[in-house]
Amino acid sequence: MGPLLVSLYVFVLAGFLGFELINKVPPTLHTPLMSGANAMSGITVIGALTLATVAEPRVSTILGFLAIALATINVVGGFLVTDRMLATFRRRR
Amino acid sequence: MRTADVTALAALVSIALFVVGLKRLSRVRSARSGNQLMAAGMLVAVVLTLFELGRIDWRWILGGVAVGAGVGVATVLRAKATAMPEIVARFNGFGGAASALVAVSLFWAAVVEDPTATSAVEALGVTAAATAVLTVLIGGVTLSGSVLAELKLRGTVEGPARLPGRSLAMAVLLGLGVAAGWEAVVAHDATLPVVGMLVLVAASLLIGVVLVLPIGGADMPVVISLLNSLSGLAAAAAGFALDDPLLIIAGTVVGAAGLILTQIMCVAMNRSLLNVMVGGFGGDVEADTSEYVNVRSSDAEEAAMVLEAAERVIIVPGYGLAAGRAQNAAHEVAKALIALGVEVRFAIHPVAGRMPGHMNVVLAEAEVPYELLVEMDRINQDFPQTDVVIVVGANDVVNPAANTQPSSPIAGMPILDVASARRVFVIKRSLSPGYAGIKNELFERDNTVMLFGDAKQVLDDLAAHLHLARR
Repeated sequence: MGPLLVSLYVFVLAGFLGFELINKVPPTLHTPLMSGANAMSGITVIGALTLATVAEPRVSTILGFLAIALATINVVGGFLVTDRMLATFRRRR
Repeated sequence: MRTADVTALAALVSIALFVVGLKRLSRVRSARSGNQLMAAGMLVAVVLTLFELGRIDWRWILGGVAVGAGVGVATVLRAKATAMPEIVARFNGFGGAASALVAVSLFWAAVVEDPTATSAVEALGVTAAATAVLTVLIGGVTLSGSVLAELKLRGTVEGPARLPGRSLAMAVLLGLGVAAGWEAVVAHDATLPVVGMLVLVAASLLIGVVLVLPIGGADMPVVISLLNSLSGLAAAAAGFALDDPLLIIAGTVVGAAGLILTQIMCVAMNRSLLNVMVGGFGGDVEADTSEYVNVRSSDAEEAAMVLEAAERVIIVPGYGLAAGRAQNAAHEVAKALIALGVEVRFAIHPVAGRMPGHMNVVLAEAEVPYELLVEMDRINQDFPQTDVVIVVGANDVVNPAANTQPSSPIAGMPILDVASARRVFVIKRSLSPGYAGIKNELFERDNTVMLFGDAKQVLDDLAAHLHLARR
């Protein structure tokens, strides 16, 4: 099995996993769940990190730098805002 | 063990944290710890990537992370609870943009900056080149679509209800994008690949605009959820381009989860996803925008007298409650009524507000007990036995036209059947239409009384009068 085929297997199985993970969610959690999943899509930061590894300001490095900054906003802000929403649920108990 | 083995195992830990975290995030009791597990998974992923990079120049990376973390924290700290949907939309756009930039950067390094390279297909391989094009396409759509969604939620931009030739424009832009992407990765030329890539970026951004512009009303949450799914898929496509399984798995899980959530929201509105994406809330049907007749209004003092005598009261919150920051005042009214021995509950429509679960978040912020919040399906049968309903800043989700007028733009959308209660108080600034832009015949019913004014002010007055009644 070639590397592309392995990646395709991973892709399809991960898709099923995503479908199964949250097939039943109380409406209370729709917004936090959307927000948390959104933060997770900032995983692209690990791709960006591999693209800004030289000191010289080439175009590719600057694009990588921008990608790191935007993805980090997505990750840090996303998890933080989700936590802020969920903190209000916890206080009641 | 080799470095590659160590990082591969760490990636597995990261995936496990993501999956368990997401699972826990979908249950109320474990939600907060689930979010923290996912954040931990992200930290593991970043640390292992840095470890893998080894001896490199750190300046750009540290700068990018510092800027991103600073802006992210500042944005959240400055945000109001009512602005959460806008914030989520913006972060989502940034995620899509980051994926697209990753692909462009990869392309640039392989084609433009490498003098020995002939084309991206030869330098990166067919799979990486094709998925890089796909990443730019999806990421660009996510960016412009999310930015536009944020502006529409804020009311800065109001799109036309219908965009003539939209399908054709989409098809042309998509064709242009694919053709430009093809040129970008196969051309043996100095300038053609660069031009192709720039045209691809422009086309993908325009597709996002054309996609979101005519969509409005209660459909906005669905669009944001769909864009969230797209940003996951953009990350997954970037994973293919970089041959990184961690990116593929995390991105795909988000893509699939976002799609399911989108579907759940469509079901709540009794519409298909296709119907939503065709846009222009309601499409061809004529909206009834005639003048109101037979509208009665009253004030807080009189309303309080009716409420004192009630046995069962249901409060129906809508976007107006969140926008007017009236959640604490609503809780005060509920507490005052409970102290008088009245049974009080909050009826939550699945798409009330600007996001699914928006009302839950806002009411939770005011510490309204979770047990008092009842979902539409479970509370609708109780309205005929309810003495008084207080509608606070909700409009389309209580419009009886959804059931009675087959030609109405919102026909078929499940609504809270408040009109069957004995008495309905509607707290609203004016008779202006809701997000769907149509008249609400509830306001003309004999059992409806309008309480005009600012939601917070009217509720504060109600609570004050109810407290007086206890003495």
